[in-house]
Amino acid sequence: MTPGSNVETKTAALRPRANTETAALPQRLHGLRALAGHRAIWPLLALALILAVDGAISPGFFNVRIVEGRLFGNLIDILYRAMPTAVVALGMAVVIGTKGIDLSVGSVIAIVGAVITWRIHSGDPHLVVLMAALAVGVLCGLWNGFLVAVLDIQPIIATLILMVSGRGIGLMINLLYGGTNPSFTSPLLQGLSVGHIGLVPTRIILGAAIFGALWLLIRRTALGLFLESVGGNAAAADLAGINARLIKYAAYVICGFCAAWAGVVLAADTHTSDPVSIGLYIELDAILAVVIGGGSLSGGRIYLGMTVLGALIIQALTTSILTSGLPPEYNLVVKAFVVIVVLLLQSDNLRAALSKGFTGRKR
Amino acid sequence: MLGVSKAFPGVRALDCVDFRVQAGEVHALMGENGAGKSTLIKIMTGAVRRDEGEIRIDGRPVEINSPGEARALGVGTVYQEVNLIPTMSVTRNLTLGRQPRRFGLISWRTARSLARERLKRLRIDIDVERPLGSFSLAVQQLVAIARALEDDTRVLVLDEPTASLDADEAELLFQIVRDLKGRGIAIVFITHFLDQVYKIADRISVLRNGRLVGEGATAELPRLKLISLMLGRELEETEERLEALPHGAKGEPILLAEGLGRRRVMAPFDLTLRPGEVVGLAGLLGSGRTEVAKLIFGAIRPDSGRIEVGGARIASHSPGQSLRHGMAFCPEDRKAEGIFAELSVRENIVLGLQTKRGWLSRLSYSEQERLAQEMIEALGIATPDADKPVGQLSGGNQQKVVLARSLVSGPSILILDEPTRGIDVGAHAEIVTLIRKLCAEGLALLVASSELDELIAVSDRIAVLRDRRMIGEIGSGDVTRETIIRTIAGARS
Amino acid sequence: MSERYLPLLATIAVFSALFITGGLLYNNFLSTLVLGDILADNAFVIIAAIGTTFVILSGGIDLSIGSMIGFVGVVMANLDPLGWHPLASGAAMLAFGLGFGALQGLIIDFCEIQPFIVTLAGLFLLRGSCFMINLDSVPIQHPFVAAFAATSIPLPGGGFLASSAIVMLVALAIAIVIAHFTRFGANIYAIGGDRVSAALMGVPMRRTTVAIYALGGFYSALGGVIYALYTSSGYPLAGTGNELTAIASVVLGGTVLTGGVGMVAGTLFGGMILGLIATLINFNGSLNGAWIMISGGVLLFLFIVMQRSLLSSFRLRGVA
Repeated sequence: MTPGSNVETKTAALRPRANTETAALPQRLHGLRALAGHRAIWPLLALALILAVDGAISPGFFNVRIVEGRLFGNLIDILYRAMPTAVVALGMAVVIGTKGIDLSVGSVIAIVGAVITWRIHSGDPHLVVLMAALAVGVLCGLWNGFLVAVLDIQPIIATLILMVSGRGIGLMINLLYGGTNPSFTSPLLQGLSVGHIGLVPTRIILGAAIFGALWLLIRRTALGLFLESVGGNAAAADLAGINARLIKYAAYVICGFCAAWAGVVLAADTHTSDPVSIGLYIELDAILAVVIGGGSLSGGRIYLGMTVLGALIIQALTTSILTSGLPPEYNLVVKAFVVIVVLLLQSDNLRAALSKGFTGRKR
Repeated sequence: MLGVSKAFPGVRALDCVDFRVQAGEVHALMGENGAGKSTLIKIMTGAVRRDEGEIRIDGRPVEINSPGEARALGVGTVYQEVNLIPTMSVTRNLTLGRQPRRFGLISWRTARSLARERLKRLRIDIDVERPLGSFSLAVQQLVAIARALEDDTRVLVLDEPTASLDADEAELLFQIVRDLKGRGIAIVFITHFLDQVYKIADRISVLRNGRLVGEGATAELPRLKLISLMLGRELEETEERLEALPHGAKGEPILLAEGLGRRRVMAPFDLTLRPGEVVGLAGLLGSGRTEVAKLIFGAIRPDSGRIEVGGARIASHSPGQSLRHGMAFCPEDRKAEGIFAELSVRENIVLGLQTKRGWLSRLSYSEQERLAQEMIEALGIATPDADKPVGQLSGGNQQKVVLARSLVSGPSILILDEPTRGIDVGAHAEIVTLIRKLCAEGLALLVASSELDELIAVSDRIAVLRDRRMIGEIGSGDVTRETIIRTIAGARS
Repeated sequence: MSERYLPLLATIAVFSALFITGGLLYNNFLSTLVLGDILADNAFVIIAAIGTTFVILSGGIDLSIGSMIGFVGVVMANLDPLGWHPLASGAAMLAFGLGFGALQGLIIDFCEIQPFIVTLAGLFLLRGSCFMINLDSVPIQHPFVAAFAATSIPLPGGGFLASSAIVMLVALAIAIVIAHFTRFGANIYAIGGDRVSAALMGVPMRRTTVAIYALGGFYSALGGVIYALYTSSGYPLAGTGNELTAIASVVLGGTVLTGGVGMVAGTLFGGMILGLIATLINFNGSLNGAWIMISGGVLLFLFIVMQRSLLSSFRLRGVA
């Protein structure tokens, strides 16, 4: 099968039962933006479908109103709740683009939460605490980068180390000044997390700012191109004169920074340092967001906007399960099915088998 | 006598090839890349199904549809790189899939003695409990042979068994091959080392472009004849040069390599390049063409010698350094080392200049677009637009994209490894024209190619390689097919 | 001996050193009583880790272990009031584990999706199913459970080998036989060592992959059954994070995470090291759970670096 025909079958198979009407779609999309077009269209449709179902179930779903000088409503809520995961997922997308993975983001969040609480208890100025928190994230990124780029350990294993021990480090920091789950108050940090600027929650604005900054860094410098080159074909990147080691370092540092930001938001939200449960399974959600957004775990491409979309889909699912009156326990199962469906749709073998009506030979 | 005959007429990869191996002979299968050697082997060993023709063993037609069936019919194979499991012990490697069992469980005691026995037949005595990977490549190769060799094996296929062995190790292997031959086993031996062919083979079959172009006893097939069969066309045909090159190398050398080399990869060599000059690297497959190119570019780190560009010595040699010194490299294996399949044509092309500029000063979109369009037009890259992922282009166009990438950096030295591999005739001519135009503009070029005609057409000088050493240089005015072939065949190292 | 046994020896050395350290620090530590307790407390996770060893030896990974443990317990607890004998419901869950694992293996091989993602979906699915069944801890009241808990073999020195530990040792023995004395076991090592070569050498890839994950599923289900019997309840959060404990046990047991090298027996000691650390920290009132995670991470790091140098020491000679 030539690469060209491969792409055609991919678009065809993403539509489960292609009839003549939908089959005409790719032709129309074959403009300059064809790629961007059908890259975004399926996740967008999925999001629209989820929201449409919500709208049908609860009539007032789309209402956005102003309460106590800020926006309220389900749509705002989805954005609000999705933000920490979305930012972590952005960092994850960068790492995955280099053919890596970072399992330690949840642990980084736990460490960051602990450091914040600790430093505030020690009486540091809150701005300094914020800087320290972000620096901790960068430090964690440097550690992961060291294991992956210098010691050349498989990313999944390298980041497992911090994943296993990170929450313990958080607990240790808590113990430095006593208390199991110490709490703190900080108008500055809480303002960043649960406050609002004008009508809009601050974290949405900051999330958008981080997205913007990252987009500039990735797309307005050549860093994105280098990251994708290293992930796409390491040997070719080497021959093209790219310093793969440095590029990988950069990816993990970016990911660590994003995780630290999520750590600030989540810790400030709960007012406590709870290393055991803060950001639990966020690494899985983040990876899932990247995959739903079309990022391949085999690296080579970074889709920032699509990743955010993926995070929004995950949150929209959670929110709609809540609003639909289904018990929240269904959330994980629904998520599992979404993962499975997304994955199965991306599988060449399965598509081939389906199109042959299960008559085809195995590889 | 056990006569083994096989006939496979195929479509493109193999075109009605007859191949006969006699019992008790070493039969060398020769040919350049893409000649169809590996396809032929794969059909023989059941990895690929033939489209037409028939395979006969001992005169009886047989069907070989899987490696297992091939083995059952007495055809054993040792693949190019040792295809065993380095983390497992020798015993486990030798007995995988056919471990002796007692009461349903594997008896390792029996397995061990079985393994020792198999190795003893090849006169190897090693600790069979150590992991295979802890032995030298030669021993690993021998273990692979031991695995391929069953009691009833009648045909043994050795695909480039000596590619990564040194002379002594190869000699050890040959002794065993002679031994097996004496036992009446037919051996198909694929290699690109000419000396080895004449040392060990009884008969030779030569493939080119999927056709059998020659077959005969080694004694009746002199080196010269063999090489011209492999490289194509008869000697007399191509005496004319396409046209006299208008330029001559002028001035101080821009690139100077002295004693550059790396153990086991390439013997130290000297090479100079002057602005406006094209130096060709000629030699058979595996003679070290790619290695020379990569050593000069720093993609293979040399462990001896020095290299100067424009009078300045490059201290720590790496592709990044070379790039900054004005070199550019266009690799042979575009899929593995050239293209970024996911990235667009535009991104693939501008990467050449972007890496030189560093990550901070990104080329603006309009500049990228301009560069890409320029290259797409200059090289005639067939793509609907610059945003198409390179993976979706045809092979020839991918090659042009890689070439475009090395050109956009504005190099003063361009290294091309097999620039026309897999490119159709029209594009071929375009690239040759382009090469000439480039050196007319003062670019120094180093071209490695298996296509002699192409080298002759573009080169001022040709460095000739054989068996990983540089064995001679042919100066301007002397560059003909005949002198090159004589150099490859003649001079003994 | 050959370098094959080095990681196992290192694991046993670490275990012994820790155990002796405990003996020096605390009276009564160096006894079969403590040893028996560690075995009993960690039996379920070691059983699951034994199954994971096969998966990791083949170069894969299974994240669904912890959820499987929780799911098995919840289902068994809910079948209890319906009159199911725990052995019957346990057997049903073992079959379920086998089938679930096989399905994961099939998806991994047929759809060519990374095991990480497939088993991640498995993790979500099983844990979510737990929550869907019930949210609270449900006791298993069948008399068999009490009888199971009461069964034990006395050890010299006053300790006991609890029934869960016995099951674990039997499961380990069977696993050792599978790994080292069957063709299937040899095929696992081959796939983990080099997939491409293994296929060329005639290893049936799909069948083996499916069987590996089925085995992994079976063992984690067995771990779940033992956990349910040991705690005589089903709790939907049971086993959370146990996939990490299991993977860490495997790595500490000397199995290389990239596959192909390691021994099933090592996993016992790997799991015991983690259990021993937890016990040591419990003996010392001033330390807490944080140390368990951190020391786990540090050991993991040391073992991974050790394995890397070991692997490259005999890979270097292979690659020119």
